[in-house]
Parts: sequence; structure tokens; C-alpha cells
Amino acid sequence: MLAVLLLLLAGPGRAAAGPGPDALREELLLTPLPVGDVAATFQFRTRWDADLPRGAVSHYRLFPKALGQLVAALGVRELHLALTQGFWRTQAWGQPPLQAPAGAELWVWFQPTVTDVDKAWKELSNILSGIFCASLNFIDATNTVTPTASFKPLGLANGTDHNLLRYAVLPREVVCTENLTPWKKLLPCGSKAGLAVLLKAERLFHSSYHSQAVHIRPICRDASCLAVSWELRQTLTVVFDIFSSGQGKKDWSLFKMFSRTLTDACPLASQSKVYVDISPKNKEKELLEVTPAPTSVYEATVQGDKRTYAVYDLLSPSLFNTSRSLNVQFKWKRPEESSEMPIPVLHAQRYVSGYGLQTGEISTLIYNTHPYRAFPVILLETVPWYLRLYVHTLTIITKGKENKPSYIHYQPAQDRRRPHLLEMLIQLPANSVTKIKIQFERALLKWTEYPPDPNHGFYVSSSVLSALVPSIIAMKDVDVEESPLFTSLFPFSDGSSYFVRLYTEPLLVNLPTPDFSMPYNVICLTCTVVAVCYGSFYNLLTRTFHVEEPSRGGLAKRLANIIRRFRGVPLL
Amino acid sequence: MGLLSDPQCRRALARMLVRLNTPLCILSYALGLLWFMALPPLAPRTHMSENAMGSTMVEEGFELGDRAVGLGREFGVQKDRVGGIPVSWLVRTMWGLGLEVHEQQFSVQLPFPDESRERYLVRGTNVYGILRAPRASSTEALVLSAGCVPGPHNNQAVGLLLALAAYFRGQIYWAKDIIFLINEHDLLGMEAWLEAYHDVNSSGQWAPLGRAGAIQAAVSLELSSDVLTSVDVALEGLDGRLPNLDLLSLTSAACAKHGLLCTLHGKLQHPAPSLPGGLQRLLLMALAQASGQPRGDHGLFFRYRIEALTLRVINSFRQHKDDLRALGRTLEGMFRKLNNLLERLHQSYFLYLLPSISCFVSIGIYFPALGFLLLVLAPRLLPLLPPLLVSHFAGVALYTLPVRGQNLAAKHFPVGEGEAVVLALTGIYIAGMALPHSTHRAWMVLKLLALLELGAQLLALALLNFSLGFLLAVTMVPAAAAVAPTGPRPLQVLLLVLASPAVSLLVAVAAERELQEAPAAPWEDWQRLLTALAQGLLLHHTHGAFLCPLLAMGTYPCWLLLWNVLCWGT
Repeated sequence: MLAVLLLLLAGPGRAAAGPGPDALREELLLTPLPVGDVAATFQFRTRWDADLPRGAVSHYRLFPKALGQLVAALGVRELHLALTQGFWRTQAWGQPPLQAPAGAELWVWFQPTVTDVDKAWKELSNILSGIFCASLNFIDATNTVTPTASFKPLGLANGTDHNLLRYAVLPREVVCTENLTPWKKLLPCGSKAGLAVLLKAERLFHSSYHSQAVHIRPICRDASCLAVSWELRQTLTVVFDIFSSGQGKKDWSLFKMFSRTLTDACPLASQSKVYVDISPKNKEKELLEVTPAPTSVYEATVQGDKRTYAVYDLLSPSLFNTSRSLNVQFKWKRPEESSEMPIPVLHAQRYVSGYGLQTGEISTLIYNTHPYRAFPVILLETVPWYLRLYVHTLTIITKGKENKPSYIHYQPAQDRRRPHLLEMLIQLPANSVTKIKIQFERALLKWTEYPPDPNHGFYVSSSVLSALVPSIIAMKDVDVEESPLFTSLFPFSDGSSYFVRLYTEPLLVNLPTPDFSMPYNVICLTCTVVAVCYGSFYNLLTRTFHVEEPSRGGLAKRLANIIRRFRGVPLL
Repeated sequence: MGLLSDPQCRRALARMLVRLNTPLCILSYALGLLWFMALPPLAPRTHMSENAMGSTMVEEGFELGDRAVGLGREFGVQKDRVGGIPVSWLVRTMWGLGLEVHEQQFSVQLPFPDESRERYLVRGTNVYGILRAPRASSTEALVLSAGCVPGPHNNQAVGLLLALAAYFRGQIYWAKDIIFLINEHDLLGMEAWLEAYHDVNSSGQWAPLGRAGAIQAAVSLELSSDVLTSVDVALEGLDGRLPNLDLLSLTSAACAKHGLLCTLHGKLQHPAPSLPGGLQRLLLMALAQASGQPRGDHGLFFRYRIEALTLRVINSFRQHKDDLRALGRTLEGMFRKLNNLLERLHQSYFLYLLPSISCFVSIGIYFPALGFLLLVLAPRLLPLLPPLLVSHFAGVALYTLPVRGQNLAAKHFPVGEGEAVVLALTGIYIAGMALPHSTHRAWMVLKLLALLELGAQLLALALLNFSLGFLLAVTMVPAAAAVAPTGPRPLQVLLLVLASPAVSLLVAVAAERELQEAPAAPWEDWQRLLTALAQGLLLHHTHGAFLCPLLAMGTYPCWLLLWNVLCWGT
């Protein structure tokens, strides 16, 4: 049925894309952000109507073989890998469509058939490290945790035994072109055609935020859900700083951002669309205009907000009639005066407080700006072992009162073996700020354990907030296959709330570091010399020696010595 | 060790040491002083130890000197209009420059009214904008700050800060967030901001405050004119803490690149390092460090392990003129190199003295001077209890009573609170000398204890703040070594009184004016002494400086013990 649909969509000229159990959809979402920056979110979704892990698959078409074999061989049920450079500033940029923590993040659900999950996890991270040219091989027991509540399967799942889950973040991982190129190679069209021509590394890394991800999950093949299909989503989010590149002007175009324009769709794609967010901000008349005229306009409720999108369908023949290439341009009709920004319902801030190198405190502020609805949030903290958390100092304060979490899961760290894991379910009252504090002590490492740059500090990965945020506007459940990709990664629970996963800032913490340099040695040496000199000097002037004449001893001793001399043993 | 184990030899050595005790002590003391005086010619040149800042070539492009002047004028107008920090204008301007703007309101409770403010409660607002570095996750930050002070001062500093923010915002190479801070009420505002940023304020008010991770370095700017002739670098922070030497090297290198005159303590670098000139600057630095007072708004950053300094523009050398563009380029160069840092500044020295801006004396070279001075005490200990308690009680009283009893004093005597504190301080100080102090033990034991305590204190102190330790050693050691109930009493009394911490402070105040080549009348010195006392107390209560409790509870009781030794049997 789908194949027929595909054929119809593709038209006679694209017959090559026709048969086969797999389909590709590509999509670009352009969102102007409140401060004037522009976020571009690419999504490439390959759907394959085959049962991968059964090992029955030998012929790969659109689905990349490297990943397919990995899933089949290691018993992966769900895989989520994100490589991110920069930090999504929720307060200024609003709720992200897909956020990821700075550095590399990997979380995987394994099949219940996998017996040794840790071994499979180790193997998987090493293979992925090779595929994506990332340092994922540094994932080991000291930074891997098994969360119990924060990461539920996003795809089809029978049971949720959390022992099959592994989660790790490498906050220090730097993402660059060597990670982008293998990611691009997984695309069916590479970067030769379709939306992927815009993925020019030089421009993508000239941005404020860059996050690329791979999500693999099983989904229902159809509404009856009798068979399983596999879905691969490759997403890439970049935020362009229009302020600094545009000399204060906020107008932008595809060419200005990517220094490329779109000329065609990927020939293998069954759908190829560009969405531009043109929602009016202040309920006034529209301040912005997009050229050329969009093919259609799409309205949806996204993350509790009514949004309007201009849609450019690259497969529609009318689009390339007038000009050979598509260069979406975006103009503000008049400049914005107000600095008022819409504040997202849920946002958070995390920092290290205190000074000195002995103790410190990790503070997390979580804001709920919803005017009248309270909602719970799950907080996940992973802290390396060398920060020794004092759990008795954990305080959660909302509106001046103590807030008792309804669920706490704490797994203490073991030195050099595993990190701390703290998961809490906290109720956030309406219009409130919740402050979570926990004190820690800084461990003194063995001198060989310090990295080459110990004075840079040690990273603590972002904490994860997962919440079902109540929506102000009712949302209707939409069909996944029909709706745009950017709305359909996270499942909706019901119409009144939407799922949000937020990551806070990573932290940089200084540990007590021995001074590996010369002045320290000089001080130590000088002190030793002074101490030795003073000691012997003092000895010299205070202690007196008297020469004692050895006495010949008493009668008993002399007798004993005579006997000893006979026996040949040393004298007394 | 044959020398020590041979009893004959040992006895001869001991006898010689005891016989030559006094000449040896005098020799050692003189050697200590000579060593210190010989430091300036011995000082090696400063050099950049941090690779990330040294070899990287930076091409400066700041051209907004005129805009800085304009922004400074506008800021001055707005400041006069509002009569304080023009918060809304600053927020609007910074927002317009593309920064993330935050404001922080603070109030500080003073223990007694300060001379300049005349009130217990100081309220103010700090405004700061954060330039978010692209593709960085806000783990590291740099700070550029300028104070908002009443009157026509420091407007140009704010103007230059805003112009630099405008220029920096357009650049793409930032790897660390940059915080542009405008603080009100000088140190009080800076302290409030730092406490709030690091969340160490115990009062529990945590208004939403934008943060940018761990601050790596900070530069504070003081500038009150459109043209400048030279830039004075102020290093000494609270309790005499110093920034890493690399930060100073960076500043002087950046100034030299743009042809700015760079001075230390307002004194130009001498072309040829001469002994008196170098010693004058060395002593100026020692006095400034020993005072424990921050010489600029940067002085409070050190507690949080942030390297910081203040650039203070002065117009004294008329033959040389520069504009804000040159200073802006200097700052740009500094920030770009700080931006390149991979680690905190740690490669170079933290403990040093500066005879000139391009030479430094490190701890390994200056410490023997103190070692020789303390050596005087060591033989004195060898051949020597109870007034201890009395003396230390007097010290605690000196520390606690003046501030606690200010209300009582102000009620019963015709003085203001500030005066009451200072007068009570001097009163208790002198009263301590009259406390009963006769015991049945030998005076030598008492002297032994006093000398041990003094030696330990000075040694420990010199590690934290070398200048203070050295200056105290210079004044106190001869008197401490010489004091005995036998011998010419009036001479000893005079010597001991001269060596008392208060008299040392008075001498230091006078000497500082003398070294700055602006001598003052004795009465003026007395006034400055009282001001310094009040300042010291205030610094302790508002910022936690350790000089005041140290003098009151450490050095003063020690000196009282020596006084007891002197008054033995009277």
C-alpha cells in the first residue's frame, strides 16, 4: 500500500525510488527565535518495514548497513546518540524542538534477549565511536548509569525493565566536521541532493549551536500494530547568530545562512518539505514576510503553542517553475522595539556555588512559569565519583518551603568504579522557582589520574529534566505518518500536556590540584632544609653528652661472663 | 656529623655561639635588611609563562574610540539625571548591543557608618550584560567591570566598556562568555555581585541571576578622561593577595604593543634599574600589600580564585597622549589572549614582589631576608607563663569591643559612632599595657613563649602576605630580641613602644606619603592613622579581611607579652 503511495508521489520520473519496503522523508524546519537568531532543524527519517534483529535481513537499500548490522548483532531495541557543540539557551531561544546536552550523549535500550548488557554496551559504544569518529570509546563504568525513570523507550516496547537501559554523557566531547561527515554519509542521498546540500560544514560550524543526532527505534507498521517497522531519524539542529553576521539586521535567507540554495528534492525521498515558522508573536498583525510564496500553510499546536508554518514542498513541480532554485527569504516589516520575550513554561539553571577547594554545592533552579497549573518533573543528576555528594545536605525549597520529592532513587558512587546517580520526582507548583541544593566534597586524585590539563577543571555533565508540561491550548492527537517530523518524535500522553526534555548547563569544577611546578618544590625543599638545620642546631646547643666509663659490673655479671666465654656466646 | 658527635668540638661550638650571640644576632638582622635592599638589582625580568597567551598573534581591530567617548558622555548625563546608576538606560543600551542583560539589587548592612557614606544600610544596583560565546556551553567566563561612582568620575570607563561590548559582540572567535559588569558603590557592589554569583550569600535571597560558569579572569577599569597619558596597574587585592604574574606580563605586553605608558604605583619604569628607585617602588608595593587593602575593585575576586587586576588611567605625564582607541585595543588584545587560555592561569608566580613593572622578585629570592630576621629570635630562645591569658584576653577585647560597644560609647561620650569605634580601639590598646602582669615564674620563660609565638606568627604570615610579615619583622624583631628587665629601662621602653604595631602603622602611613613624594604634617598623619584603623575594621566586617583580627588577636598580645617582660618586677 505504502509502496503504491510512494510511486504515486514520486511520479513517473522517479521510478527508481519506487519499490522496496523502505521510505525516506526529509524535512527542514526554520524557526526565528525570540532574540533574533534562527534555528534550523533538519530531520531525515528512514522507515523500514522489516524485522531487523531477527537477522533475516541481508539486503540493505536506504537504511544504512553499518547501523542495521549493529542493531541486529548487539540486540539493540532503541538507540539515541547526540553530538552537540554549544548549549541551547532555553530562556532566550524558547523550548527546543530537540535538545541535547553539550558533548556526546548516548542512551540505548537493549532487547530482553541480551544476557550481558554491560558487554553489549561496551561493544556498542566502541563501534559507534568508530562510525562517528567520536570519543565514545571513553564511555565506561565510571560515566555510565542506569536511570530508572527519566528515559522511557520512545518506540514500541513491551516491557520497561530499566536494567536493559544504559545512559552516558561525555560533556567534554568536541564536535566538529569529522563527526559531521560520517553522519552525512548515512543519508541515502549523501549531501549530493535534496535538503542535505545545505549541510556545508563551513557554515554549520559558524553558528551558535550545533547538535546532530541519530535515533533508531521500532515503531508500529500500521494502525493495527501487528508488525514492527524500524525507524531511523537523523536530526541536525543549528542556531545561526543573525545579529553578529547581519550587522544588527535580523533579515535572513537560506543563502545567507548556508551559502547554498535548494535546487531539488532527494530523488529517493517520498517527501521533502521546508517548514518556516511564521507564527505572529504578539497576536498583532504579521510583522514578517517570506518570499517566495509558500506552497501551502500548515497550522498546528506545537509544545502548547499555536503555530503557523509556511510549507515549501520540494516535490511539488510548481515550486521550481519560476526559478531554478529555492532561496527562502525572511524579512521583518518593521523592527521589533520591545525586549520582552516569551518565557518558556519550564526552564532551569544550574551552577556550582561556594569557593575554596574543599567543598562546594551544586544548585539547580527550576522555573515553572505556568500561571495556574502545577506539574511534576523528573530530575536526573549524574555526578562523577570524584565529587563526593553529601546526600543528607540535599534540600529542595519552593516558595520558601521545603518540597518533598515523591520519588527518590539514589545510587552512591564507588571510587573509580561508578558515578553518583540521583533521580527525583519533584512537584513544581504553578508560577514558582524550585531550588535544589546538594553539597559535595572534592576528592584528591592520585597524581597519575590527573589529565594533562588539570587546571582546566573537571566537567560534570548536564542534569536532565523530563516533564509533561500542561498545555494552555488543547492539542489533538495526530497521525504520525501524516504530521511533520518535528512534531512526532516524542509520544503524546494526552491532549492536555506535551513532553519536554531539558538539559541544564554542564559544570566545570576545579579539584584540588597539586602544583606540578617548580615554586612548590622550592618551598618544600627550603622548608625541609630549614627544619633539618634548625633541628641539628637545637640539638647541638641544648643536648650535652657525658663520657661514661664502663663499669665492670657486679659479681653475678662477671660470673655469667666467665660461663659465657666457656660456651662461646657473646658476652653481656 | 662528626662535628656534632664529638663532645669536645660541640662544647667549643656551643661556647662560641653563646659568646658571639649578640654580634651574630646583629649580623643576622643586618643581613636580612641588606638582602631586602639588594632585591631590586637581583630581580629577573618578567616573562610570559603561559603558552596559550604568549606566542599567539592577535590582530586588534577596535576602532570605536569615538563611540566610547560618546557613550561615556551619555552615561554621565543619564547618571546625573537619575542621581545614581541609570539602570534602565544601561539595560536598554546593553540589550541594543545584543547582550543578555541582568540586574542585581543589593543592600549591605555596615557595622558602623563609614566616613564617606554616613549610613548603616547601603542600597544599590549592579547591571551586567553577558556576551554568550557561540558553540560554548557557558562553562567559563571573563569579566570586564567598571564602577559607577558619583560625580563626574569613571564615565569614560563605562563608555569604553560599552563600546568594547559592541565590538566584541560582532566577533565570532569567543570561546568563553564575557561578562560586562557595571557595579555601584565600588567594593560593596562588587562583593554583593560576587557573593550572588557564587551563591554564598547567607541571607538567602536568590533572585534570578544570569550566570556564565567559572570566571577565569577579571579586569576592572578606572578611567575619567577622554585622553590618557598612562595606565597604572593595580594588583594588590584584599589581604595583599596578588594575581598570577602572567596577568601582569600580559597587561604590560599589551600596553607596550599599543604604545601606552604602563606604570606601577604611579611611578614610571626607570630606564636603568637604579638601587634607590627600585627600592622606593619595592617599599611602595610592600606597604600597599601589607596594608591588606584592595587597591581597586578587582581586589575581591581573589577569594574565588579568579585572577584579576585594575587598570587605572592617570594623567600625570603630560608629554604623552593617547586616546580611548589605543586603550580599547589594549583591552581587546588582553581579552583575546585570555580567551585563548586552556587552563586557569597557573603557570607563573603567585607570590612575588615588584621593584618595577618589568622585573619581579619571587618567593625563593625574597624569603631569605625574612629568614635572617627570624634567625635573631632562634638563639634568643635557647638560653629562656601566665600573663599569656591576660595578653590574649586583651587582644580579644581589642577585636570585639570597639564595634560591639559603639552604641554605648556614642551614648555616653560626645562622639559619633565611627569616631567611637576608633577611639575605643586606641583606648583598649593603651589600657592593655597597664594590665597586671607579675607572676612567680622566671621572666625568661615568658620571653621564650613570646618569641616563639612571634616567630611562628611572622613565618606563617609571610607565606600569606610577605610584605606584611616582612615589615612587621623589621619593626618588631630588634625590640623583641633585646627586651629584658635588666639593662637601661627608658631606652628599652622607647624601643618597645616604637616597635608596637600601632606605632608601626603610624610610621607606615607617614612613610607611604614620603615615598609618594607628598609628605604630610604630623597631625595629618595622625588623622590618616585613624582613618586607616576605621578602614581596616570595615574591610574586615564587610569583606572578611584578616588584617584586623590578626593584629588584634595575634600581634598585639604578643607585643603585650614582651611588654610584660620589660615591666618585670616593677
